[in-house]
Amino acid sequence: MANRFFKKIVGGTNEYERTPVPAASLKGNKSFLGMYAGEHTAGTEFVIGPLFVAHGVAAGDLVLGLLIGNLLAVLSWALITAPIATSKRMTLYYQLERIAGKNVVRWYNLVNALMFCFLAGSMIAVSATAVGIPFNLEMPTLTDWLPRTPGWIVTVLLLGAVVTMVAIQGYNQVSKFANVMSPWMILIFFSAAIVGLSQLGVGSVESLVSVAQEVIWNGVPLPGMSRFSIWHVIFFAWFCNMAMHIGMSDLTILRYAKSWTSGFAVFAGVYLGHFVAWIASGILYAVFLQANTGSQEFAPGPIAYQTLGIAGAVCVVVAGWTTANPTIYRAGLALQGIFPKVATWKITAIVGGITSLAACFPALVMKLLDFVALYGLLLMPMGAVIFADFYFSKKMGFREEGALNSGSDFSLPALLSWVLTLAFCLGLNYFYGIEIFFLGLPGWFVAVAIFVILSKVKYPLAKSLAA
Amino acid sequence: MKTLLKLVSLAGLTLSIVPPVLLFLGKMELDSMKLWMGVGMVAWLFTAPFWINEKTEEGRSKTEV
Repeated sequence: MANRFFKKIVGGTNEYERTPVPAASLKGNKSFLGMYAGEHTAGTEFVIGPLFVAHGVAAGDLVLGLLIGNLLAVLSWALITAPIATSKRMTLYYQLERIAGKNVVRWYNLVNALMFCFLAGSMIAVSATAVGIPFNLEMPTLTDWLPRTPGWIVTVLLLGAVVTMVAIQGYNQVSKFANVMSPWMILIFFSAAIVGLSQLGVGSVESLVSVAQEVIWNGVPLPGMSRFSIWHVIFFAWFCNMAMHIGMSDLTILRYAKSWTSGFAVFAGVYLGHFVAWIASGILYAVFLQANTGSQEFAPGPIAYQTLGIAGAVCVVVAGWTTANPTIYRAGLALQGIFPKVATWKITAIVGGITSLAACFPALVMKLLDFVALYGLLLMPMGAVIFADFYFSKKMGFREEGALNSGSDFSLPALLSWVLTLAFCLGLNYFYGIEIFFLGLPGWFVAVAIFVILSKVKYPLAKSLAA
Repeated sequence: MKTLLKLVSLAGLTLSIVPPVLLFLGKMELDSMKLWMGVGMVAWLFTAPFWINEKTEEGRSKTEV
């Protein structure tokens, strides 16, 4: 039964797409605990941890920042997403369609699909760094934006073709494989930390503290990298899944929860993947830097292989692949919402092609932190719109679910909330130099305010009642 | 048969974490550790698929970061 439940959520044959989930299909907290525990140990973890090291995060800032940032992320899921999910019990897309209209959702789908393509591309590139080890492939460096060698392009394109073909075949086998590998991958991250600390000469609690502060996260960024403070760590940990919590993508998942408290179940995944795994992969990178002084090479495959052998390299391939594959599949689904008459396999093939081309550019890996922040930021305003519609429509005197209740396929307040919020964030970045990691918080409040004000003008409650 | 598969899988997981601990304690060399971790990986990879999906939830795989 549990299998069927999650197949419904992830598969193309999603049930209750346009109706609330009935009481008989609801699930308890345990179901969500298991699911979230597995899904946050992904290929991205092999990149994010090392990037924190490269950006010169200090040890204390990292640990405290991750504890606080992840806690804020858990609270966002539990207190913002879950209550709406368990009250409305609808998918994000249908909820958004009722508020913003089909025509706005099409644009949302397009942006979502593009972001999925780039995320999958970065994961194919991560896998390629491990696949290229036996061929002595020249690996990308921290400052690379363009492919270094034709060999890199060929490796990435071949890998992209394989991943795309598997995605065309369907989703469930890859999903099952990912589930099989999940416990092993989590252990590999623990092993990486233990082996890495051993190789850095840690033998006691005192030496652990000194090695952490002076060797691994010594507060000095690598050449060409900006320095990250505790605020960067807090905001990145909080907002790296911004699209899922305050962006409301996880309405689709949590609508199956019996109680809104299931939102707290995400803590297992977040603290395994975004605490243990980021710290472990950072330690691995520090070992690599110790052994290769002054090296600018940034390739998760060789980094893991050097410390853990073949198990480390395979873990990188599997983590990258099992992240890229469903992401391509989901990008295909998002695009199919825009082009419903085009066959699924054609859409998936096109998405795979775009993804493979994107993967050729190492910039996607080297700038993964920025990309992840951008991905969340672009989708977040629509989550704010759903939040404002749910909590403020009655209190502030405008009709809820404006598009549905006005019989329209287009809601100007929703579209303007999206566009103007992004313009506001771009302005903060361009004119005031505020980094992308910090734009989500002010942007969310701006999106809520714009939507409430414009909805009061466009969909006033009194007018509705009079009509 | 399924019990045997589970036992081999468990051995695979054990070989993925115990050798690193032994290395940390100075009881094992790095090359041996890598070898045993490789053996553990193979043991898990070739036995877990036959039973694990019957027990665990079919998760929404990793589109999240």
